[in-house]
Amino acid sequence: MSYLKPALKHPGLPKNALGFTRRDYEGSISTLCAGCGHDSISAAIIQAVWELGIEPHRVAKVSGIGCSSKTPDYFLSSSHGFNSVHGRMPSVLTGANLANRDLIYLGVSGDGDSASIGIGQFAHLMRRGVNMSYIVENNGVYGLTKGQFSATSDKGSKAKKGAVNNDEAIDLVAMALQLGATYVGRSFSGDKDQLVPLIKGALAHQGVALIDCISPCVAFNNHEGSTKSYDYVREHNESVNKLDVILGRAPITAQYAPGDVTEVTQHDGSVLRLRKLHDDYDPTDRVAAMNYLARHKAMGEIVTGLLFVDPEPEDMHAGLGTVATPLNQLGDDILVPGSAALEKLNAALR
Amino acid sequence: MRQPLSAINDFVVKFANVNGSGSASANGLFARSILRMGIPIAARNIFPSNIQGLPTWYEVRISGEGHMGRRGGVDLMVAMNPQTWDRDVAEIDAGGYLFYDSTKPMPKSKFRDDINVIGVPLTELCNAAYSGARERQLFKNIIYLGALSTLLSIDPAVIEQLLTEQYKGKEKLAKSNQDAFHLGRDWAATNLPPIGLRLEKADKVGNRIYIEGNAAAGLGAVYGGATVCAWYPITPSTSLAEGFEKYAKRFRTNKDGTKNYAIVQAEDELASIGIVIGAGWNGARAFTATSGPGISLMQEFVGLSYFAEVPAVIFDVQRAGPSTGMPTRTQQSDVLSAAYASHGDTKHLVLFPEDPRECFEFGASAFDIADRFQSTVFVLLDLDIGMNDWLCEPFEWDDSKRMDRGKVMTAEMLESGREFGRYLDVDGDGVPFRTYPGTHPNKGAFFTRGTSRDRFAKYSESGAVYVDNMERLLRKFETAKQYVPHPVEKKAARTTPYGVIYYGSSSAAMQEALAALQADGIHLDAMRIRAFPFHDDITRFIEAHDTVFIVEQNRDAQLRTLVMNECNIDPAKLVPVLHFDGTPITARFIRDAIGRKATSVDVVPLRKAAP
Repeated sequence: MSYLKPALKHPGLPKNALGFTRRDYEGSISTLCAGCGHDSISAAIIQAVWELGIEPHRVAKVSGIGCSSKTPDYFLSSSHGFNSVHGRMPSVLTGANLANRDLIYLGVSGDGDSASIGIGQFAHLMRRGVNMSYIVENNGVYGLTKGQFSATSDKGSKAKKGAVNNDEAIDLVAMALQLGATYVGRSFSGDKDQLVPLIKGALAHQGVALIDCISPCVAFNNHEGSTKSYDYVREHNESVNKLDVILGRAPITAQYAPGDVTEVTQHDGSVLRLRKLHDDYDPTDRVAAMNYLARHKAMGEIVTGLLFVDPEPEDMHAGLGTVATPLNQLGDDILVPGSAALEKLNAALR
Repeated sequence: MRQPLSAINDFVVKFANVNGSGSASANGLFARSILRMGIPIAARNIFPSNIQGLPTWYEVRISGEGHMGRRGGVDLMVAMNPQTWDRDVAEIDAGGYLFYDSTKPMPKSKFRDDINVIGVPLTELCNAAYSGARERQLFKNIIYLGALSTLLSIDPAVIEQLLTEQYKGKEKLAKSNQDAFHLGRDWAATNLPPIGLRLEKADKVGNRIYIEGNAAAGLGAVYGGATVCAWYPITPSTSLAEGFEKYAKRFRTNKDGTKNYAIVQAEDELASIGIVIGAGWNGARAFTATSGPGISLMQEFVGLSYFAEVPAVIFDVQRAGPSTGMPTRTQQSDVLSAAYASHGDTKHLVLFPEDPRECFEFGASAFDIADRFQSTVFVLLDLDIGMNDWLCEPFEWDDSKRMDRGKVMTAEMLESGREFGRYLDVDGDGVPFRTYPGTHPNKGAFFTRGTSRDRFAKYSESGAVYVDNMERLLRKFETAKQYVPHPVEKKAARTTPYGVIYYGSSSAAMQEALAALQADGIHLDAMRIRAFPFHDDITRFIEAHDTVFIVEQNRDAQLRTLVMNECNIDPAKLVPVLHFDGTPITARFIRDAIGRKATSVDVVPLRKAAP
């Protein structure tokens, strides 16, 4: 089996602002099952980064372990990637971000990786406000070990072999909201129109952005009785808004009725233009978002869209007071105090 | 009654206190005043895992000869804790002295008739002079310091000066402390006869400095160019991260207040090492400080660092295990769990500093080693070095030295057409080139994972590819032997069939024991191991002797196991000398243990070491 794609490209492929085609943002050939939701997310990531015109090498991809965590190999092959340890992507990415605050960080994880083994690191990364996009490819099941429930499986949902899940599900979106995440969205791998702009907004966001992306597992969790199957999610999906991400200050071209559109300008100048699908939804009100989610969850709906955004987030570096220059670029002259300072110190220790 | 002990500049004073009573400050003044008189001391805290109420001891060994290890035994006990009275009294050497608060009469049965009792009515003096409860408690300590200064002939000007320095800007406090000091001093001068223990000004301290190993290692990390510190509080390593913070704040803060470093107090040790590895992968020098339980938690990540070849530095300030063990007691019991940390075939670089001076030196060079070999480097301190102030040679720095970032391929190198394979052994030393993320728009990027990849970091589960990589990692480890600090050998005065190997904080006691053993007619060639992987000199040293003692502060002779295993040595040849009760090893212990097993070359057969 070959893991290399031919380098040949059609000369007429569309190019982004930097002159790159979408092919420049692709990766190795996926080794996941045909029809896996994760591959759609990889495609959405490629589309989003290409549309934003980000140089691929300015992105760093970090993942944990699992089907989802394998995917960073399948997009952005000109970016450095790190397939780390199960449930520990958040700490590795935090460290990477500390070392170089200038790169764009993309963390890819799964429901086992983030809601089970990695729930602690997930929580603390949210609290710390690491400037990153955190994408959870959420299928409610352990794929690589063949079909065990994960912690995001809904109570009462059925496994492929018929077992019923008795444990309450962890809702990562609700947790992220409570723990201070400044950009929180939920989407569905089968809804590219919704997912691509959500990822773009997350990448442009200068704080911690979580996207909980429901991504059906065709091999182990796409059957009758599953609440993470393509059919179930399509049936219960309630999108609160439709997002467009606009770089710079492009004028509004479409006609909307007054009050139908909310614009949120993020710190980097990108504009999140949200077309309301539910009248009572305000994505800049954290407490209201938490309430709305809880109410609609009780009604059996899967609420999707951009659920919360703080346009002026504070990231970890702001709290730490780190210098603007990336720490990995500081040299001996700045880092090493030298012998004269040491001599003074010696004198004070006598 | 035994003859009262008599000594000048060579005795042991032990303070028995209650934790949280403010005694540490007075005891510290006592120690520093002796140093300022030019007399070397070795002071150690023996403290409980508690903030207030439990017994704590502070032992000051005064040694004009400059012995820095624990001697063992007590010549003067300052017994300020009724809870531990009986065992404190029992610990005094025959002919020694017991200093106590005589305000409340004690039955005769509470004393021994072979020691000299010095009663000072501290509470009474205190109550007469002060009215507040906290004031009475704190000044009681200063009053006993005053009384001791009279008894031992400490220069009062030195203590006055120290108090002035300590309370700089708080003159009122300085004055009241000085008054309390003189209260005790004058009472003793009027009421107590001279004793046999005495201090005389000397010139034996030289330009040495007095500092704890943790602070020294933290300073080393600043000099080593560390920019990221991620840690989780754990005794006895906490003051290492705090030391880094203190010195980084001083030396790495810009005029606008921004910092050229980042410190994250993580949620646990797993996150700490994860952050360190993420930062190391991204080209920053990063470290964590922890102790044994933290090392256990970090195992999986340390393995990743080994296989994915990411630099990381872990300062492990060892303590007696396990988690609910003796966190405030010292041991060298993480040697194996550091050297062979993680699952799969792994081994790691380990450094063993002997004192704060080497904590500084290795604390800095560990980052060069980690970058050079793209792997985790453990710096194994222990509580004895880490949390006690040691008198040691001053820190030195060569300004011409530059950070060795190891083999890093830059954008220019990639642009010039240099072939880049992340795991390609281009120089035959097992060390490949790496690139930092974001280096070049279309060259040098790779996907980091454990072992399922080839020399060019492409996914592969082929057995041959796996073996090829594992063998290269062994080559890399072999290369490291020359690069890590070499062992230090000290020859005996005459040819001998005996050798002794030791490391870390046992060094001071070992030096003293070697001299004592030589006086007993037992000659030993000595080798101090400073790093793992073991340099070939270590194998040669063992082969050159019939019997080699290995002195360690753990139960299972962990370094001995490592030596046997890595150097292929017959176990019968390596005799363990093990001290593991949680207190620092003493020269008396080593002398006794080796003395019982080695034969003297003197005519008189085997002379027993002092008990």
